[in-house]
Amino acid sequence: MSGATSSIRRISTTEAPWVRWTLIGLALVFLLLFLVLPLAAVFAEALRKGLGAYLDGLREPDAWSAIRLTLITAAIAVPLNLVFGVSAAWCIAKYEFRGKAFLTTLVDLPFSISPVVAGLMYVLVFGAQGWLGPWLESHDIKIVFAVPGIVLATVFVTFPFIARELIPLMQAQGNEEEQAAIVLGASGWQTFWYVTLPNIKWGLIYGVILCNARAMGEFGAVSVVSGHIRGQTNTMPLHVEILYNEYQSVAAFAVASLLALLALVTLVIKSVAEWKHEREMKAASALPPEQPTSWVPPAGAVKEAS
Amino acid sequence: MTAVATAPSSLTRSAGGLRGRRVLPGFNLTLGYTLVYLSLIVLIPLSALVLKSLTLTWDQFWVAISSPRVLASYRLTFGASLIAALVNVFAGLLVAWVLVRYRFPGKRIVDALVDLPFALPTAVAGISLTALLAGNGWIGQYLEPLGIQLAFNPNGVVIALIFIGLPFVVRTVQPVLEDTERELEEAAMSLGATRWQTFAHVIFPAIAPALLTGFAMAFARAIGEYGSVIFIAGNMPMVSEITPLIIIGKLEQYDVAGATAVAVVMLVMSFFMLLVINSLQSWQRKRSGAA
Repeated sequence: MSGATSSIRRISTTEAPWVRWTLIGLALVFLLLFLVLPLAAVFAEALRKGLGAYLDGLREPDAWSAIRLTLITAAIAVPLNLVFGVSAAWCIAKYEFRGKAFLTTLVDLPFSISPVVAGLMYVLVFGAQGWLGPWLESHDIKIVFAVPGIVLATVFVTFPFIARELIPLMQAQGNEEEQAAIVLGASGWQTFWYVTLPNIKWGLIYGVILCNARAMGEFGAVSVVSGHIRGQTNTMPLHVEILYNEYQSVAAFAVASLLALLALVTLVIKSVAEWKHEREMKAASALPPEQPTSWVPPAGAVKEAS
Repeated sequence: MTAVATAPSSLTRSAGGLRGRRVLPGFNLTLGYTLVYLSLIVLIPLSALVLKSLTLTWDQFWVAISSPRVLASYRLTFGASLIAALVNVFAGLLVAWVLVRYRFPGKRIVDALVDLPFALPTAVAGISLTALLAGNGWIGQYLEPLGIQLAFNPNGVVIALIFIGLPFVVRTVQPVLEDTERELEEAAMSLGATRWQTFAHVIFPAIAPALLTGFAMAFARAIGEYGSVIFIAGNMPMVSEITPLIIIGKLEQYDVAGATAVAVVMLVMSFFMLLVINSLQSWQRKRSGAA
């Protein structure tokens, strides 16, 4: 019966095979040209003069310090935005209050501001002519054109990633489970740790991994506040730019290939997280429906009855 | 307790009543932290930009934002973003359609690959697109004899922005397309509609809000994009110089006031796009709620 309806459905709501395959072909050609070729070109250009030249490009001390700075920046920016994301999602998804829609818009704001404008904002606060500039200078603290500025700009650019992933997820899950835990005597922290966190873990991983990719790859905002001091305030993307502009194409693409690998790893982890989440949702929806009023007999009683 | 559990309608009503006294702890803590962090990272720096622009006189401001070179950069930024977003509407709809409706080998990988522009650093995308399209590149070498130049001119800007914007359209349209009701299509077919008529009159109206939202998001992102564009654009003043690059150029000449003025123009545009996207999304929610 169900087989019959599904075969009828297939006949009535799909296109002729030649239309189908033409559309698939067009889509694949477009994706090949715009996504696969640029990705392949990174590795091809990096290896153009052989593996030796590739490794030489990576062995340069400036490349190493750029890699180190990128890792440090991400290691600071991602946890900061993780704590913020969970906190913002908790208060926005679990409660109703006035101004909630406005707050949600503000959380999203850094996505719509151009990275270059974001960098400029920090120059205006911390730069020599900025609000805090004279005070910082007299205390010999450098923020703009130094590592703290790079971290701040990165935090700004990756600000909404985790919150935005978690808010719809926690809204969809509702409050019932947490309320039950609280009523049963769990503390707020226990409730979060044992009830909320297992429910949101895949969304959380997804958000963290995208946040991390953007933190390591940010270019525009970091470029404004970095000052481009080789070996000191160059992140990997900025180092790629310098090498590229100096016509050291192989070295530039060698460093770029590390970033492309990072992107590929990000996509794999993201797909796995998505897939696991889907499977858990399916498993949950496949559970037999529970009778709301049914009294569950103790295990012994069931055995006796059977 | 059991009375509440048996009648779902009374459950929701009592939950509404309970909202006054909150069961879950942590509201003050999380809201407080969120507001403090938001102020420190976003709102205070943002107000620095706005206040700095207020120190300019109107004439200074106007001169900074309306010199011919800056006007040319607006034309390029908005024009290229518009074309790229339009291309993405068609390409994104095609990709979303193929991913939702058809089966083909490697579909999972293709689906994952769509997010590449989100994950690949923009500078990497920029240099690799340039390498592809330059006169000696994999694609460029075949186009150059035909007299087609895609790198180092406004064409390159459009191509980089297509790359950046693609996932926005696909990822907004895809879930909506998955949720469209096949029953409506069956009804249309059984009433004698051709497949094309069904698409134009049944499916398209259902996904139009999502398509528009994706368009607006791709456009908004394209306006602010910097990293991928500057490598491929050639950056010739008046021809292929985007507005974010104007800001960087003014900063490099220590013209902080001028940079701020142009940044304010971009900021106003961003706020406008945010407003448009928010209202499109609430329209989309209402549509899907009504369906």
